[in-house]
Order: sequence, then structure tokens, then C-alpha cells
Amino acid sequence: MQYYIVEFSKYVIAGFMVLYTIEAFLALGKKRDSDKTNVFVRQNIYMFLIQFFAYLSLCLQTGQIEYLFFYAFLQIALFSTIVLYQMIYPKCNRLIVNNMCMLLSIGFIMLTRLDYDKAIKQFFIVAVALVVALIVPFFVHKLRFIKHLKWLYGLVGILGLGIVLVLGQVTHGSKISYTIAGVTLQPSEFVKIVFVFFVASLLYKAATFKEVVISAVLAGIHVLILVASKDLGSSIIFFMGYLFMVLIASKNYFYLIVGFICGGGAAVVGYKVFSHVRVRVQAFMDPFSVIDNQGYQISQSLFAIGSGQWFGMGLYQGTPSDIPFVESDFMFSAVAEELGGIFALCLILVCLNCFFEFLRIAMDLDDVFYRLVACGLAVMYIFQIFLTIGGGIKFIPLTGVTLPLVSYGGSSVLTTLIVFSILQGLYMLRFTEVKEQKKARLKAEKNITKRQKITKKNKVEVHSKNEEEDYDFEEW
Amino acid sequence: MRKKTTTSKNGKFNEYKKKKTNRDIWFTGIFFFLVFIMMMGYYVKFVSTEGRQMINNSYNSRQKLLTDKNYRGAIISADNEILAETIIFESGNEYRNYPYENLFSHVVGFSTKGKTGIEAMANPYLIHSNISLDSKIENEIAGEKNAGDNVYTSLRTDLQQIASKSLGVSKGAIIVSNVKTGEILAMVSKPDFNPCTIVEDWEGYLEDNESSVLLNRATQGIYPPGSTFKIVTSLAYLKEHNGDYQDYKYNCTGAFRYDNSKIGCYHGTVHNNVDFISSFAKSCNCSYASMGVELNRDIYNQTLIDLGFNQSLPVEFNYNQSKLVVDESVSGEDMIQISFGQGSVQMTPLHLHLITNAIAQGGTPMKPQLLTRVETVEGKVVKEFKSQSYKAYMTEEEADILKMLMTEVVESGTATKLRGLEYTAAGKTGSAEYNKVKEDSHAWFTGFAPADDPEISVTIIVERIGSGGDYAVPIAKRLFDAYFEVK
Repeated sequence: MQYYIVEFSKYVIAGFMVLYTIEAFLALGKKRDSDKTNVFVRQNIYMFLIQFFAYLSLCLQTGQIEYLFFYAFLQIALFSTIVLYQMIYPKCNRLIVNNMCMLLSIGFIMLTRLDYDKAIKQFFIVAVALVVALIVPFFVHKLRFIKHLKWLYGLVGILGLGIVLVLGQVTHGSKISYTIAGVTLQPSEFVKIVFVFFVASLLYKAATFKEVVISAVLAGIHVLILVASKDLGSSIIFFMGYLFMVLIASKNYFYLIVGFICGGGAAVVGYKVFSHVRVRVQAFMDPFSVIDNQGYQISQSLFAIGSGQWFGMGLYQGTPSDIPFVESDFMFSAVAEELGGIFALCLILVCLNCFFEFLRIAMDLDDVFYRLVACGLAVMYIFQIFLTIGGGIKFIPLTGVTLPLVSYGGSSVLTTLIVFSILQGLYMLRFTEVKEQKKARLKAEKNITKRQKITKKNKVEVHSKNEEEDYDFEEW
Repeated sequence: MRKKTTTSKNGKFNEYKKKKTNRDIWFTGIFFFLVFIMMMGYYVKFVSTEGRQMINNSYNSRQKLLTDKNYRGAIISADNEILAETIIFESGNEYRNYPYENLFSHVVGFSTKGKTGIEAMANPYLIHSNISLDSKIENEIAGEKNAGDNVYTSLRTDLQQIASKSLGVSKGAIIVSNVKTGEILAMVSKPDFNPCTIVEDWEGYLEDNESSVLLNRATQGIYPPGSTFKIVTSLAYLKEHNGDYQDYKYNCTGAFRYDNSKIGCYHGTVHNNVDFISSFAKSCNCSYASMGVELNRDIYNQTLIDLGFNQSLPVEFNYNQSKLVVDESVSGEDMIQISFGQGSVQMTPLHLHLITNAIAQGGTPMKPQLLTRVETVEGKVVKEFKSQSYKAYMTEEEADILKMLMTEVVESGTATKLRGLEYTAAGKTGSAEYNKVKEDSHAWFTGFAPADDPEISVTIIVERIGSGGDYAVPIAKRLFDAYFEVK
């Protein structure tokens, strides 16, 4: 019986994940209105069913009753997140809430299977982070002055990264964390958000050559500190986030091309100067020739993915623990091995779905500062996923970053939840923007002269930004 | 342009909220979307092609995980004979049995002292079990292991036996294959070993440096190809002269002098006036030597590249690459040696066989194939291996001319032992010298039958025995006879 259930669960889990992903993309394509509620409810059902079957197999195979309690607490936490979000913010973006919960559940399923103690630890962090996530959108609404704090962001960002460089602990050859009062923090995670705000505040008024150069120097300092800390993954994520923010602020593809050329040049220099970069590239080119040392991680990751095939070995049927640091850097490979290739592809698609929804939020925003923030966070999010999954499957050299919301790591999960909530807040900002516009329209209709004034102002602004085309978000 | 839109829509106030462009955000979205499509495509390709093979790596602990759950499946020949099977004793101990013992030693390989041959190539299939869930549960309750999947091969025991007997005590190798599908019907390497007792005999094989028992000579043995290499030189000539060979003339005096060196035809034979066809059929070294020094080096080297020299072959078992580069640094004397397959030319029988198959198949050979399908013990087909074309080695016209030349070898040349039979054969002999003593040579033959619509091809090398026409051609005849069921 147990055998049947475990084998059956494998296919059921993959099936529901496919359904969930399809619904996520259907929701993305449609206009966002209340008529989509059914979609979101169905998504929630799939999500809870996936967890039910996953924890059922986990419990049956280990005979651990405490897993059931953990499962219960997890369901309560996720259920209350979904319900509370809708109660506090009736106009919240449910697709983002659902995807957030889905990614968290996948993470918890794999973490429970890999290392139960870490799963418990992660659960407490996530519980706190979810409370934070509930509050953040409110602040996005209220704190309209945040766009003026550019030097504070710059200071906090550079200091945050600088402290790690000077005082940080060396883990696996790079300095990425430091410990205060027994809590180990990874500041580069939190600085990601501060950095996006920093760049946005530098560029939102104007993005002429002058602003771009100033921001490039300051962003370069961030990236160089990260390079000096040997935190390669983060430095590339910061770099990519900055590049695309400049593109969106300046609408000038020239900067993007220059950026890519500089990035390529930096990569070549990095390859020649740093031995740890060479080691990574060598392990990427031919992991099996150096399987005893540098290639070990990536080889084991490939073994895991290879044995998983399309439907996976089933939970507890594989050996993902063979991959060093599987719970932080190789969650994707563990998922691919035990839950299968189809599930893993859906996981990528759900992440991509989040990214598209983030961009859609950015498109709807009128305020340039918020648009930049939304795009910056979105690009950094998706690029981090590209680095960790691409590295794990040997599509690109390995950089060792986490898979947001799925991997184990408090700083990472807290940061990502804050990112999701900021975008949630920006999404709801649209309604306030619309309200303000309505007010303005009422006023304007009363007052023709004022209307003309606004028209003029508009033209001026438009001119300075050198716009060419006009999109209507309704046509999405 | 923008100005125009604003003025045209001046009347509508709610147009003001759209004073922005989303083009760059669309660009960002599409950019990362494409990057992710590539990444997912790579993932899909990895899982569907290389993924399974990962299980063979000795660092992969999953192999043990599977062998703890399943016992190894059987390897079965095309005529449904068991070539390898796992016997389970009452104590639960497993024993890998090879009913034909030495006969399939290299091609089937072994799985106890590392893995070789089909045992290595098909390992992922042999250790997975796709039996029904019910049977798995039955086994689980009974505390028994599941039966691994059975692998069916294209090998034929009758041809294998003939090939093995024909080589007798000589060292050498034979490959027989189906030209139209690329399926390998027999593959023999001598000396052979008994895979049943490989563990006991292991030390002895390692200490024996001279005979390299464990080496599969058919795929890994590197030999001078001798006159069989005239196929390559002829092809280079045809490429340089756009297929026009009618004007070629040479007067053979039994020896060819170049600077201070002198080469001769086999056993000093004098061929007198020869044209392109008779040079090939009678295997005139002097004619090829004079052709070789005059050939354009670039075209020659390009011919080698087209034929896959210094490159990997489309097979999944262990093999060595054939090696030869012809450039300006090759002296005229070396070029003479190369033109009839001596000197620095190094080829494996497998590679020569593939070139022969290309000629037989109109220029493009099929990929050599050993496995035909994977089945569970219950008879459910898990996977079928389709025959696939490989890249073009030459054009169809070139293949036709070479086929004609090889037919002439049988009709009037060095392989007349194959003439006047119930089938028409075509091929090329070779007598490759491997040391300074002229009388010692490896006997080669590579060819196919029937000549006009080839079905079967053979490549034979018998080490240190004499000329190809005397020692390799009769073996080819025996194999062709068996294939066409001639008594």
C-alpha cells in the first residue's frame, strides 16, 4: 500500500504542478479583475494538494510522526498568509501571493526531506518574514519620501557590504556573512533592496549622461566591494540589476551595449586575475576531469538531475544529499532528482511567471522612481534564478547563489519576501495613482486653465524624456 | 510624433496618465525570457540525452542505490541467445554468467572488474527496472530484488562464431555489419578472454604486456592500414580532379624512386602499364606513390577531415581515433608512404569499416549500432533504438566510383577469391608492413556484398600472417557465405 501511495504521489505532484503553472500563466495573460478569483482558488487547491501528497510520502517512508505536526504548522502559516493578505489588502495581487506561497512550499518539502532540523529553523524565519511581508506594502503606500533618501541608501549599501569585506567570516573561500549577537547575516542580500532604491533615486528625475556616469561610479563601488569579498554571484546580480535600471531610466540601448561589453571585459580580466574564477570556469568546461576537487559539486548535481529524469525518483528515493551545500546552492538539482524534470521545469516557469508579473506591475506605474524600483528588483530576482539554476545544470559556470524562497537561508528568504511585498505594495499603489488622477480630473474639469497647465507640463516632461511610443496597459 | 498624439487626443483628459513608454520593459522581459528558453532547452536536452549515462560515473552513488534494488538484466543477441545473464543463488549472491564464454568477450564485455563493452554502454538500462508496479510490490513483500531490464543487441551468434573461428589463434579483429542499418552483426577481437573468470584471471592479463588481451582490437587497435588506405588516396585524387580519373596513366617497373628513397610493389611485382582502375585493383604501390607526391596537400588533408580522421566517431563504446595530418611539413618521402597506408598513418578497424560502409551506402554511412531495444522481463518494450544516418563522408558520385574500383578488385585484382560466387562482392585488400622485415605483414580486407546493392560489410585484420588476398579474403568469403546462406 505504502509503495503504491509513494509511487502514485510522484505523478500526482508533477500533475498538480503542471496545472498550477498553466493557471499562473493564464492569470498573467488576462486582465486583472475579480473574475480571476477562481483561478487563484484553484491554484491554492493545487498547492495544498501537492503538499498533502508530498508530506504523505515523507511520513510514510520515514514513519516520523513529527513531520505531521510540521506539516500542520506549515499549512496554517501558508493558509493564514493567503487569507490575511486578502483581508488586509483586498486589492492585493493574488498571483504574487500564490507564487510566493508555492515557492515556499516547494522549499519546505525538499528541506524537510533533506534536513529536518534546518526545515524547522527555516520555518521560524519564514514565519517572522511573512509577518514583515504583511506590513511592507503598507509602508510602500505611506512613505512617499523614500525617493529622496538617495545618500542614505548609498551609505547604508556601501557600509553594509564594506563591513563584510573587512570583518566578515570566510566561508568556502569568500566573505559573505558576519555574525552579530549569535545571528549570522548575509548583508549582500539586504543590500540588494537598498541598492535598487539607491539607483532608482539617482536616476528617476533624469538619466542623462551625467547621471548615468555618477550612478555608474557609485554602483561600481558596490560591485567592486563584492568582487573583493569574492562574492561573485552577488556582484553579477548587482551589475545586471544596475544595467537594466539604466536602460529603463534612459531608454538608451547604447548604455546596455556598453555595459555588456564592460561586463565581458571584466569577466576576462577576472578570469586572468583571480584563480577562483579560473577554477570555476575549469569546473564548468569539464567537470568530470576535475571531479575530485573543483568539479565535484557540479558533477554530483548533474548526476542528481540525470537520475531524476522526467518524473523523478520520488521523495527519499534519490541521494541529493551527495551534492555539497545542496540545501542552499543546489535546491534545483534536488528538486529535479526527486520530484522530476517536469516539476523542475514548472518551477522555472513559476519563477519566470513572477518576473513577468513584476514587470507588468512596473508597466502600470506612472511614477518613474517606482517603475525603476520594480524593474530593478525584478531583474535582480530573475537573474539570481538564472545564476543558480544555470550553474546547477552546467549551462553557465557555477556561482553559488540561492534559489529565492526555495533554498535554505534566512537572509535570502527574508530579503526575497520583502522584495515580493514591495512589489505587492507597488501593485496596490496603482489604485492610489488612479484615485489621484480621478481627483485631478475632477478638478481639471472644473478649471480649464489648470488643465492647460497640466497639459503643458506634460508636454515638457514628455519632451525631456524623449518618448516615442505610447502603450496602453489594457492591451497587454 | 509624440506631439502629434498629444494634440490629437487633446480632448480626452484620461490620456494623460499614459505619459510613458513600456517598450524598454517589454525588451527586458523578452530578453530574460529568451535566456530562460535557452536554459530550459539545455535542461531538456541534458535530461533526455546525457542524463541516463551519468549513472555510469564511478562517483555517482546512485548506481549502488539501483543495484541494491534491482539485479542486472540480461544481454540478448539478435537470434535470441543469452549473451550475459545474472544468476541468483539461494543465498542471495549474484553471479554474472556468460553462456558463450570467450566468444563475445570484448563486445559484450564484463561488469565485475569495472565495466566494458555492452555491459558498460547499456549499464543504465540493465540496472533500471521498469517492471509493473504490481511485480515490484510482490518483490518488495517477498524481499527479492527486481529484475533489471533486458537489452537486445544486433549481434548474431552464427556470424560471431565464424568470425572467431576464422581468426583461430591469430591475433586480429573482425567487424561485420548491416550496411543499411549500421547494426553491428559481429565483432571479434583476438586474443580473447573468458568474462566468467575475469576476476581470477585479472592479474595475469595485467602482467601480460605483449598480447593486450583486454584491448578490443576492433575498436581500439591502432594499425597501419596498408593498401586499404588507397581508398583514401583515390578519394583525394578524385576530389582534386573533379571525379575525372580517365586520363590517369602510370608505368610500373616494380620500384619507385624519390630522392634517395626507393619503394616497391608487394613482393616486387611489376605491373607495367596501369590506369586508375587497375592501379587500385592490382594495388600498385608505385603508381600510388607517384600519385601521392603530386596530390595537393590541402585537398588531401581536407579529405582526411571529411572522413573523420583525428575526430570522434559516432559510437558509445570505447574506441581510439585514427590519426593522420597531411600538411606542408610532411616530406615527399613521407607522402609516398602515406599514399599507400604506411608510415605515419594509424587507423582503427572500426574507422576503416565506417568508411567502407559510407562507400556502400552512397557516401553517408549509418551510425554503428549495437543495441536494438530494451525490454522488461515481462516483455514490455522500454526503448527502441532507431538506426540513424551519420554525416556525409563523400558525395554519391565519389562513392559510386570507389564502389566500382572495389568491385574491380574482386573481378580482376587482389581479391579474386571472391569472384564468380552466388553474390557479387566488392572490397580492398591490404598487406600492411609493421616492421622492416618485408615478409611480415598484417592481412587486411574491407568490403561489402552484394556489390550493386550492399547489405553486409566486413572489415578484417589478421596480425602478422601475410597478404590480405591470401589470409583475409577467405575469411570474408566465409562470412558472406554464411550471411547469404550459401552451402
